[in-house]
Amino acid sequence: MSDTKRPVLEVRNLSVTLPAGADRVHAVEKVSFTVNPGEIVCLVGESGSGKSVIAFTVMGLLAKALKPTSGEILLEGENILTVGETRLRELRCTRMSMIFQEPMTALNPVMTCGQQIDEVLETHTQLDQAARKAKIIAILDRVKLPEPERIYASYPHQLSGGQRQRIMIAMALVLDPVLLIADEPTTALDVTTQAEILKLIAELQTLEGTGVLFITHDFGVVAEIAHRVAVLRWGELVEMGPTEKILSRPEHGYTKMLISSVPSIHPAHRGVRKDGPTVLRTEKLGKTYSGNAFFQKARVVKAAVDVNLDIRRGETLGIVGESGSGKSTVARCIARLIDPSEGKIFLGDTEIATMKAGKLRPHRRRVQIVFQDPYRSMNPRITVGDSIIEGPMNFGLKREEALARARGLMETVRLDPNSLDRFPHQFSGGQRQRICIARALAMEPELLIADEAVSALDVSVQKQVLELLDEIRVRLNLAVLFITHDLRVAAQICDYVAVMSKGRVVEYGSAEQVFGAPKDDYTKALFAAAPGRHWEFGKFAA
Amino acid sequence: MLDFIIRRLIAVIPVLTVVAVFVFLMLRLTPGDPAAVIAGDNATSDQIDDIRRKLGLDEPIWTQFVIWIGNMLQGNFGESFFFKKTVAELIAQRIEPTLALAVCTLIFAVALSVPLGVLAAYRQGSVLDRVVMGFSVLGFSVPGFVIGYCLIYIFAIELGWLPVQGYVRIGVNFWGFLERMVLPSLTLSVGFIALISRITRASVLEVLNEDYIRTARAKGLSNRVVLMRHALRNAAVPILTVIGLGIAILIGGAVVTESVFGLPGLGRLTVEAVLSRDFPTIQTVILMFSVVYVVINLLIDISYTLFDPRIRY
Amino acid sequence: MSTITEEVVDSASIAAASTKRKSLWLTAIKNPNVIIGGTILLVMLMVAILAPFLGTVDPTRIDPAGRNKKPGAEITMRLDDGTTVKRVALMGTDSLGRDVYSRVLYGARVSLAVGVAVAIIAVAIGVVIGLISGYIRWLDGIIMRIMDGLMAIPGILLAIALVSIWRAGLITVIFAIVVPDVPRVVRLVRSIVLTVREEPYVEGAISVGTPSWVLMFRHILPNCVAPLIVQGTFLAAAAILVEAALSFLGIGIPPEIPSWGNIMAEGRTLFRVFPHNILYPGIFLAFTVLAINIMGDGLRDTLDPKMSKKV
Repeated sequence: MSDTKRPVLEVRNLSVTLPAGADRVHAVEKVSFTVNPGEIVCLVGESGSGKSVIAFTVMGLLAKALKPTSGEILLEGENILTVGETRLRELRCTRMSMIFQEPMTALNPVMTCGQQIDEVLETHTQLDQAARKAKIIAILDRVKLPEPERIYASYPHQLSGGQRQRIMIAMALVLDPVLLIADEPTTALDVTTQAEILKLIAELQTLEGTGVLFITHDFGVVAEIAHRVAVLRWGELVEMGPTEKILSRPEHGYTKMLISSVPSIHPAHRGVRKDGPTVLRTEKLGKTYSGNAFFQKARVVKAAVDVNLDIRRGETLGIVGESGSGKSTVARCIARLIDPSEGKIFLGDTEIATMKAGKLRPHRRRVQIVFQDPYRSMNPRITVGDSIIEGPMNFGLKREEALARARGLMETVRLDPNSLDRFPHQFSGGQRQRICIARALAMEPELLIADEAVSALDVSVQKQVLELLDEIRVRLNLAVLFITHDLRVAAQICDYVAVMSKGRVVEYGSAEQVFGAPKDDYTKALFAAAPGRHWEFGKFAA
Repeated sequence: MLDFIIRRLIAVIPVLTVVAVFVFLMLRLTPGDPAAVIAGDNATSDQIDDIRRKLGLDEPIWTQFVIWIGNMLQGNFGESFFFKKTVAELIAQRIEPTLALAVCTLIFAVALSVPLGVLAAYRQGSVLDRVVMGFSVLGFSVPGFVIGYCLIYIFAIELGWLPVQGYVRIGVNFWGFLERMVLPSLTLSVGFIALISRITRASVLEVLNEDYIRTARAKGLSNRVVLMRHALRNAAVPILTVIGLGIAILIGGAVVTESVFGLPGLGRLTVEAVLSRDFPTIQTVILMFSVVYVVINLLIDISYTLFDPRIRY
Repeated sequence: MSTITEEVVDSASIAAASTKRKSLWLTAIKNPNVIIGGTILLVMLMVAILAPFLGTVDPTRIDPAGRNKKPGAEITMRLDDGTTVKRVALMGTDSLGRDVYSRVLYGARVSLAVGVAVAIIAVAIGVVIGLISGYIRWLDGIIMRIMDGLMAIPGILLAIALVSIWRAGLITVIFAIVVPDVPRVVRLVRSIVLTVREEPYVEGAISVGTPSWVLMFRHILPNCVAPLIVQGTFLAAAAILVEAALSFLGIGIPPEIPSWGNIMAEGRTLFRVFPHNILYPGIFLAFTVLAINIMGDGLRDTLDPKMSKKV
């Protein structure tokens, strides 16, 4: 990274205004930074920090409501805020390219992948058809897609998420741009795929000397890939510097707070007591989905097979796995939101797997669940107070008693008891998740299921909710089933961990055992793929 | 692919069964002896007995249904005592004007409304967009017969450019045929254009918000290419769907339009049959229109595979 | 510090959510389309109610002496007690000498009654069937096949078929128009029920032991209200058009009850000479339906923005 060279991207004093009526005036305010050739610069921030707005401004793809009001963006010295639409179009994909967060929707579903890359060459080069095709096959090969010829003729829906992201990368890099903008390109991918894509981006940019502007919220990814880091908060650049310095010696309080909120991948030492009574036990639990179709062999999906778990009072059992591993299916079977196809579920001594709806109702109280999406887990039309007391009142509690309990619970989850008569939209995501926890606790359950309950939250908020959950578990001596895809979160909150893959539990043991010395090959691969696993966040040098 | 077609075909069976049962029950729901109702007011008791025997009216109701559906499937639609013809003959005689009207309308309306809808979406909020949307609300609101009479008044009576009413067979005098098709097709088109331009605009607007349109722009493609190559093809499926559903409007509109312009088509026949309580004809016409409607929508369903490679199952 | 960031992080989405929830009905009422459409509709409603006081005469009164008068013509009316009155026929008279102005004003009653009745009855029946279909799995298949079958018969034809069975009259016409509309309401309600019951908040309510009927009325049904109001508006507009078409064809409302459709039907034969018999009821009809459609567009844009993307 020679500093003598001219930077490929220089952003000076950039401000972007939000439309009137938004919660603040600027989406981005007076931000300046540079990206040098061959360098990866990460823009890090929580949601609403304006990091994506910067990326879209550079590409000239901002929504019409947002307007860059001041500053300049120099791409190899050319201010792209002042060049016209025609010139911008010429620059796109030739000098600067962009890849996006959602590979599943970023490709046109009705064109083959080959056609979609071909369009780039058709628009920006004079190559004839044969030369174009050769070039495309070459780039598909370079992004390590198997059988480039077949991929060329495939439609996006025939490929996996990781493969689609490779197509996007191929499309972006086919004309060797000097700048690649990557907007959370691995966020929607599973951890193993993420590791491969990160490796690919790093390899290709080193080879070609491409400057990369990498947008992420994940410090693991930052530690993995960045040369320099810029931390954003609320549209302002808080701190910028080399990765090593930012991660180990951050100067700004916000940066420190953010980094120390990242859970460690090494399991915390938790005194596991093995004496509590068993709250939940599953025996060969299984769930099979079968789509019935005429003239077609029924498609059978085994979402969960032979799952044996047990949780004692005061313990947290984590189920970790990638998407489609069946972890949520298991949780939903246990909460009887779906009916298991085989096996048994013992709640204490009661078998509930095959229990009919009417008989099941009294047992519903004993298992409560907190969902992933804080914006959809409460009825927007009724007050949070009514949401919380609904359950207890279903079981015969009087309204006043239920409300008194709700007030107590609001204090437990550290919210103002006087806000019970407010509606869900008046709370933030983290606050809503606390209310959901309060609603679950109002039932005085024996087992609390948290189904990706902190996955939609920003890292700082996530930390608070995790701490709250753990505190409640200790105080109420609850059994907790914690479903997550995030290894770091699992390492911090679980006493025991079950790793699931393709519907089966492949490894099951205490957190220290599983994280410290994984036995199963899949578990090993999963841990090896965790970004930033070599970095211990939050241990700042003095 | 073949699988998809077969499964679509099978899905049509219950739909048509319900239609058939309804049409069959129509006659039974009418007060009075079905045979007497069919025979009409001037029938002799011999004629009524004859009808009763043919339809098996002394049998249990499900046997009657089997006999009836069997007759229908063989093209044996019964006899119209009012028109003194078999229903099959009657329909053969009346089908041409309706078919001509429908085809002219469909071509004209689609050719006009899809480009209008695309332009309105592309220039969302512009004067053109407002005009197209305003016209579309108007088109939904003004009934076909009012439009028809307005057109007759302006173009046939005041200006005298076109004949007022009537029909000339296409084989007899092509020019005369065309002259008499202009106003009815225009009349019938209005509602259809309103519907399709609106759905085209909405679908294109929705597609323009998709991530892959952003990708296409990030590639440096021109707006025209983004619109025509990426947006329109993805919007095709909802547009086609609505064109298919719009066939129902077309059929309903044909009944009214034929009456306004004195076209001796199936729509007019339906009204005449209802006015004279000629049930065999009513039943057959309704069954036929429904089958046509279902089959067209089936064909449209199958055509989705041409536009969207994901639809294969 | 951390609580501050949390507030900041979510403030944007909260702002969006609160504007969306709080003032939904208020924004609907303030929407210019709703105001314009609603005002025209209100005027039409007043006309219908106040028809007897707006200088009208008995709309069914036949006057052989005053047949086929052009609009504005002065006619002499012989009253029952033998006295004669001179009055100006604003919209002329028809071929039986009935006063078109009076018939048009009274005709507003039929059209509006049909529109409102069809919308309310279709929505009511549709909601019940839709809820059953969306909630009772084993009935769903059967109900939806029947609905698909009904939808396969083009709406006007189905209405015509039903009128032919029942013989024409106001009530039969209303029900003949309701039947083809019901499947459309059923589909809407069912799709909302099926979507909403997958929402985490509904699953949350299930897991706290909420009984099915509370689930239905407290958590699921309220989601249907706004879309149903929007759909009901459009159903009313369409129903008025269908009634007019049926009456125009001579198979709808019988001529002794004046309706815009049968006024036009009466005027068909002499259209070339006396176009006013079709023009005036046509204008009233178009204006009323236009007003309802404009209002519907406004309601849809504000109450049900997801649907506005569809059509």
